[in-house]
Amino acid sequence: MTATTLRRPGFWTLTRERTVAELRIFFREKDSLIFVFLFPTMFLLLFAALMGSMDVTEGMNSPIVVNFKQYFLPGMVATGIIYTGFQNLAISIPVERDQGVLKRLRGTPLPPAVYFAAKVIQVYAVSILQLGLLLIVARFVLGIPLPSDVDSWIRFGWVFLLGAATCTALGIAFSSVPRTGKSAGAVVIPVVLILQFLSGIYFPFSQIPEWVQTFSGFFPLRWMAQAMRSVFLPDFMVSQEPGGTWALGTGAIVMSAWLVVSLALALKTFRWSSRKDG
Amino acid sequence: MQSQDDARVEAVTDLAVSIRGLRKEYGHKPAVDGLDLDIRIGECFALLGPNGAGKTTTIEILEGYRKRTAGEVSVLDHDPHHAHRDWRERIGIVLQSSADETPLTAREYVSHIGSFYPNPKDTDEVLEAVGLTALADRKGKTMSGGERRRLDVALGLVGRPELLFLDEPTTGFDPEARRSFWRLIENLKRDGITILLTTHYLEEAEFLADRVGVITHGHLVALDTPEGLRTGVDGAVVEWRQGGKKREKITRTPTALIRELAEKCANGNGEIPDLEVRRPTLEDRYLQLVDDGKEES
Repeated sequence: MTATTLRRPGFWTLTRERTVAELRIFFREKDSLIFVFLFPTMFLLLFAALMGSMDVTEGMNSPIVVNFKQYFLPGMVATGIIYTGFQNLAISIPVERDQGVLKRLRGTPLPPAVYFAAKVIQVYAVSILQLGLLLIVARFVLGIPLPSDVDSWIRFGWVFLLGAATCTALGIAFSSVPRTGKSAGAVVIPVVLILQFLSGIYFPFSQIPEWVQTFSGFFPLRWMAQAMRSVFLPDFMVSQEPGGTWALGTGAIVMSAWLVVSLALALKTFRWSSRKDG
Repeated sequence: MQSQDDARVEAVTDLAVSIRGLRKEYGHKPAVDGLDLDIRIGECFALLGPNGAGKTTTIEILEGYRKRTAGEVSVLDHDPHHAHRDWRERIGIVLQSSADETPLTAREYVSHIGSFYPNPKDTDEVLEAVGLTALADRKGKTMSGGERRRLDVALGLVGRPELLFLDEPTTGFDPEARRSFWRLIENLKRDGITILLTTHYLEEAEFLADRVGVITHGHLVALDTPEGLRTGVDGAVVEWRQGGKKREKITRTPTALIRELAEKCANGNGEIPDLEVRRPTLEDRYLQLVDDGKEES
């Protein structure tokens, strides 16, 4: 063999390679396609069919009527982010670990940072497509009004960026909790479901007992959902929030705190081999 | 950065792997207990031993996956536990278990893993070498166990390794697949790749390995060429039938044993039933070593 100039692939080349593989894997798995990617849109359609005749503004002396499906939309936006960031990673990483995929990657020259960078990009790419689909269906199939002012969309932008980062870090940190890939779904899904109920995704938040509202305030989903309501609901609906405020500052602080803590935990606890492997 | 070729010239030894006094304890139980071993560059070395003897623990320490409790280990002139990316570029790993149900096709997976290396082999060439050309567009998760194992080998090869670890590569293969796998390994040997193989199959070690090490209870009990190991047995194997059961004994004094048997269990004709005296095979020697190990513990 003649000596050739060997070019070691750089960080971004590798990250692109790895991201393409991650996206292929994500979209080829029926489970992730249906239960992560399409789920918020399917649920919005389902709830619109079931509750579309109800208005959340009933009995309120409000200038505009807000239909339940419009109230439900920000909850489904937040759901999409927590599914793609948290649920998807907290389930798929233990499966990859059990199947030896992580161990295989660890045995190659792939830098660990590339693996995580590609996971983050995967989450952002998938959730952008997912939320795009959700909003198109909301607007053009269900006729839900979307905000028309720039301020609301800027707010949507930062809440999305921060919320997805927090959920991704949480998902990677939580991936060390399930003991096996098989049990991961059973461990992760109830956690997400309980958080959703506590955080007012399925009911108007004002109808939830005060102590639950307070309790859910320890978790990021409640604040992400509340911030998304500030984007997709008319301003006067702020009266239905605890304390009559969207609490965007508190939300940003709680989500950032979870982001930092999860990142630290993820770095400390991440394992490339399964437990039975020592 | 220094090129691989320079590194090869500068190599201080002609050893690919050097192990001195390796110990690995889980809790207080030693899995590897004072192992010494050298593997030369270009050699195909087979590590044999019963389940739980410490083969996989040893190989995973060499691969950099596990920390050792004590001892000196050098793989391609580096300590695998502190090795970096440039070291990983020079080794290929085929792990023991293969449960990777990837939705990627064989071609996509090989080319993806290959993209991590500075000078990967051509994807189609690798697929051909492992006999997966016809299945190149098949997804990993729809492959049979043997097909997936060949994909594992392809993924271990694509980075053009100098040293290839194969941990029980042919478990679950049918005899024909095993033969074709052996031909693949022979070709790799011809390319000058150093191979460290663990296996349960004696004929595999005999066919492929330049040298064989037998490990029981975490230390090496034999180290020789397959030929040397086989002929290293003093004496012969005597087989006969006694009380309806087949018996077998390796002995240095086969004549004395036969004399004794002729007195004890000869039939009406004065014949020992089903008597056979033969030269020991590698398997006989292996079983003898493993049995000695059992008695010792």
